[in-house]
Amino acid sequence: MSDARPFHAAHGTRALAARLAELVARAERPLTVMEICGTHTHAIAAAGLRRLLPEGLRLVSGPGCPVCVTPVDYLDHAIALARRPGTTVCTFGDLVRVPGSSSTLERERAAGADVRVCYSPRDALRVAREHPDRAVVFLAVGFETTLPTIAAALEEAEVEGLANLSLLCGGKLIEPPLRALLGDGGVHVDAFLLPGHVSVILGADFYRFLVDDYGVPCAVAGFAPVDVMLALCELAEQHARGAARVANLYPRAVTAAGNRAAQQLLARTFAPVDTRWRGLGEIPRSGLALRPELAHRDAARFAVDVEPPREPRGCRCGEVLKGAIEPPACPLYGKTCTPDAPVGACMVSSEGTCAAWHRYRALEEVAS
Amino acid sequence: MSADERVLLGHGAGGRLTGELVRGLFLPALANPHLATLSDAAVLPELPAGGRPALTTDAFVVDPLLFPGGDLGYLSVCGTVNDLAVAGAVPRSLTWALILEEGLPRDVLERLTAGAAKAARQAGVQVVAGDTKVVPRGKADGAFAVTAGLGVVPSGRECGDEFVRAGDRVVVSGSVGDHGATVMAARHGLGSATLRSDCAPLRALVDAVYEAGVAPRCMHDPTRGGLATTLNEVAARAELAIELDEAALPIRAEVAAVCELLGLDPLYLACEGRAVFVVAPEEEETLLAVLRDHELGQGAAGIGRVTQRRERGVRVVLRTAAGGLRPLDLLSGMDLPRIC
Repeated sequence: MSDARPFHAAHGTRALAARLAELVARAERPLTVMEICGTHTHAIAAAGLRRLLPEGLRLVSGPGCPVCVTPVDYLDHAIALARRPGTTVCTFGDLVRVPGSSSTLERERAAGADVRVCYSPRDALRVAREHPDRAVVFLAVGFETTLPTIAAALEEAEVEGLANLSLLCGGKLIEPPLRALLGDGGVHVDAFLLPGHVSVILGADFYRFLVDDYGVPCAVAGFAPVDVMLALCELAEQHARGAARVANLYPRAVTAAGNRAAQQLLARTFAPVDTRWRGLGEIPRSGLALRPELAHRDAARFAVDVEPPREPRGCRCGEVLKGAIEPPACPLYGKTCTPDAPVGACMVSSEGTCAAWHRYRALEEVAS
Repeated sequence: MSADERVLLGHGAGGRLTGELVRGLFLPALANPHLATLSDAAVLPELPAGGRPALTTDAFVVDPLLFPGGDLGYLSVCGTVNDLAVAGAVPRSLTWALILEEGLPRDVLERLTAGAAKAARQAGVQVVAGDTKVVPRGKADGAFAVTAGLGVVPSGRECGDEFVRAGDRVVVSGSVGDHGATVMAARHGLGSATLRSDCAPLRALVDAVYEAGVAPRCMHDPTRGGLATTLNEVAARAELAIELDEAALPIRAEVAAVCELLGLDPLYLACEGRAVFVVAPEEEETLLAVLRDHELGQGAAGIGRVTQRRERGVRVVLRTAAGGLRPLDLLSGMDLPRIC
């Protein structure tokens, strides 16, 4: 297997771990690295990488799990749409278990609502074609990674004249929350481990603002263990030297300029809008709404009663998402909030920080 | 019935149409003297002296009904035979009941029946009783199968999780996750030329193990929930822990690729033709040699060992190829796909 998957090779990871320890020891201050992306959080836990990290290096998770940052009122809106007669809600799987104020899409489905899990927005196109008599609503959450495929499906529906497909827009942009985090003052981050797949779309140059405006070292990384360790070495080296640049350590997938066609597709379909984030609150021009000429595709036009949002009492997902606290600091973590019965969004998705910790924590205490 | 015919509600009503289906399709395909009597119950021969009967039941709802490497019929007989075989029993007789959705194409039903017959032949078992019900369109998803299986545990054979000891070795008979990945890929149009279900009856493989004088502590077929779930259950019942070595796990490249695309973990995907064994350390080499010598065990590998209990209820731990450790817990709810 190691031949087929060179970026998973154990010897490579171990060699990099040794190098990382040297680099971290060389710096005068400890290093706090934020991994922005849920897939990194998950990949680090799945490979058991935390065990290999030296003292003096702390990894914190940022706001890059699309399910986790989706606020409760969005879920309530989706649940209200699922209850609407003649409506089919299509969604990525993670969202069905995320608690809204008083229900989940999973519970609504059991109660008779037509909620379907899709792997791709094109699955929603197929559902819309097969059921011309139903209003098909796709839950458009995600970052610049996921949104182009949703835009492409919508464009296909337009060309085809498929009138019954709409989006409930909950898309997010990655730049505004990073600026909000760095401007906040409440969270200390020395360096960013930047997500590989969103960078395929945006390009490595996109992150120059982190260096130019905030002087923070950055590395774009893939998701295999070697990718992650290589990027951490790069960040530790920049940190030790007091330098800051955007290093692209995922050049097999990421270019400087990104995927222009996908960027243009996004711009044709969506326009920035003020939006709320779980944990981060309202951030100006951080969300994506449909452009005015696509208003007929906006599921917000359906009149439904959305219940007033109610956050679960005691849930500290918001601070977890900012990297301000680690999951065990939340009073619900591992007690009333577990992967079997998640209270907060960070425990639902496998990419959620709390879910990843929950898997890992058990290990920490049994490590031989 | 001609090729474009479909199953009608009447095929399950017990009348003339049902009779046609039984005599025209099921009896010829599954031919054996017990079934041929069409009596209310099959009266079976006496069991071998000293043998203990083993009885199992299972329900099958796979979607799609036909997939590379198998079909609902083949799967249902294999699954039942395998449950018996890994309990240490020699499988003998099965019942096979179908719940069909009105409108199911006749040729699909014929393929499912042929699949069941093929698996029964391969496993040396007889389908001695059956039933067919048809429900209105929309009340079932094509076809469901329900089975019962009867086998005999030979006198003196002891096999079960309670016999597992710390220091024992864990061996799997071939690559893991093939069936689950194949079915998921088929659902999403991601088929590849080489991706196919491992679905197979394990009876002959288990026979070969005992004939070679190996006495496994326990055996399991890691079906629903995959290898990780099966080993969690073993460790829980044995009140011990299991440590797996990621680098030793046989996972096909195409299975790993499908899993990466769909956000799945091959260790939690069903196998339908694999056995996982726990054996005393001194028997591991012999077991591996026997398995690799058999057509169903060519990809066999030693994948881990049994250890003393760990704290905090962690039962199965994966030593990752990168050198880290990761608990392999039970799944929470359904295995949900990642979205980015």
